[in-house]
Amino acid sequence: MSESIALEADGLGKRYGANWALRDCTLELPAGSVTALVGPNGAGKTTLLQLACGLSSPTAGTVRVLGLSPQEDAHALLPRVGFVAQEHPLHRSFTIRETLKLGRKLNPGWDDAYARERIERLGLPLGKRIAKLSGGQQAQVALTLALAKRPELLLLDEPVASLDPVARREFLNTIMEAVSEDGVTVVLSSHIIADLQRVCDQLVILSGGRAELVGSIDDILASHRLLTGARGDAEEVARVHAVIRESHTGRQTSLLVRANGHVYDSRWELHEIDLEEIVLAYLGYGRSAEPAPVPIEEAASR
Amino acid sequence: MIAFHLEARSGVPTYLQLVQQVRQAIRLGVLRPGDQLPTVKEVVGSLTINPNTVLKAYRELDREGLVEGRRGIGTFVSDELPTTPPDGVRELRAGLQRWIDRARASGLDDESIEALFADAVRPPAVSRVA
Repeated sequence: MSESIALEADGLGKRYGANWALRDCTLELPAGSVTALVGPNGAGKTTLLQLACGLSSPTAGTVRVLGLSPQEDAHALLPRVGFVAQEHPLHRSFTIRETLKLGRKLNPGWDDAYARERIERLGLPLGKRIAKLSGGQQAQVALTLALAKRPELLLLDEPVASLDPVARREFLNTIMEAVSEDGVTVVLSSHIIADLQRVCDQLVILSGGRAELVGSIDDILASHRLLTGARGDAEEVARVHAVIRESHTGRQTSLLVRANGHVYDSRWELHEIDLEEIVLAYLGYGRSAEPAPVPIEEAASR
Repeated sequence: MIAFHLEARSGVPTYLQLVQQVRQAIRLGVLRPGDQLPTVKEVVGSLTINPNTVLKAYRELDREGLVEGRRGIGTFVSDELPTTPPDGVRELRAGLQRWIDRARASGLDDESIEALFADAVRPPAVSRVA
């Protein structure tokens, strides 16, 4: 697939009453990529996904999906986008067969052979009612509905939140298969960073309605480092690198930085950090609450 | 055939973990010239990882001359691996052994020696902050 852009937001914002659920969001997600949306509840993840599939309209800015506007070109765009909402809502009283029939009636590009093959591979009888399925099975049926549209873009809102570890792995495996075989572009939100580090190649950190960090996960891991050293201030480091988090103990200072090239003062010890630590730092976790106290040596000499 | 594994909580990007495992397997003789690497689909299925990540790892190994992709068949360990001249390695190892003996003689334990080594291997600062 070429390096085209599957989802593009420019100054995108959504206001509900006095609250901005999403604000000034600018990002580009390449076609064929798998993007993780992370952030606390209320950060704007669902809002961004809903704007992208046309379930709501922007208050500010623009969003383009596969080169089209989800609001103005809905008719042309929607058959090309699969969306699985939180809790994967399905009609609980329907059987799987009826659920697939609904999918066939509602979607012009429906691939019935694909849908049946998937259900068969999951070992689910077509006559079984949705209500009788486990959470993991319901999630797989919802995913089958979305994939049988043969979408170019798949949007998933916290798809694995309610699943046990085995069901979660199976669900993600199905998505990775679709990426591998059909080159589907995927955007999914989740709180489980270890999963995201496995399956995603792009990361968007949202906090308070704003995109705090957008980039490739490999680049993000390569550019973030934890610096530890004897107690001192971060000013010199901050002149060159972006200091994301600064914390102090009596004798030690730790700085989590987004590095600007391989430039470090030898007084700092350098540590690689995993994605979860990086995400937590951007979300403000682990910052020293109070201002840095006076270093011990200075205090002693007073 | 090599079986990949992942350190879930690692600061090392996933593609690089795969690259390092192939390099190590070649170094240790677990993978030999002509051996086939798992297909992208197999790695995706067994590790539940992004196919782009596997492709990126294989591209990197190809660029280093360690493997070659054969269209429609798969990815194989190169018949001619770029190697360090054995004499050079032997000499370097002997030098390192002498250094380790000296470190032990001056009272360092293994952990301290490893820490010292890791510190020295770290990429040198290109220029200093401020």
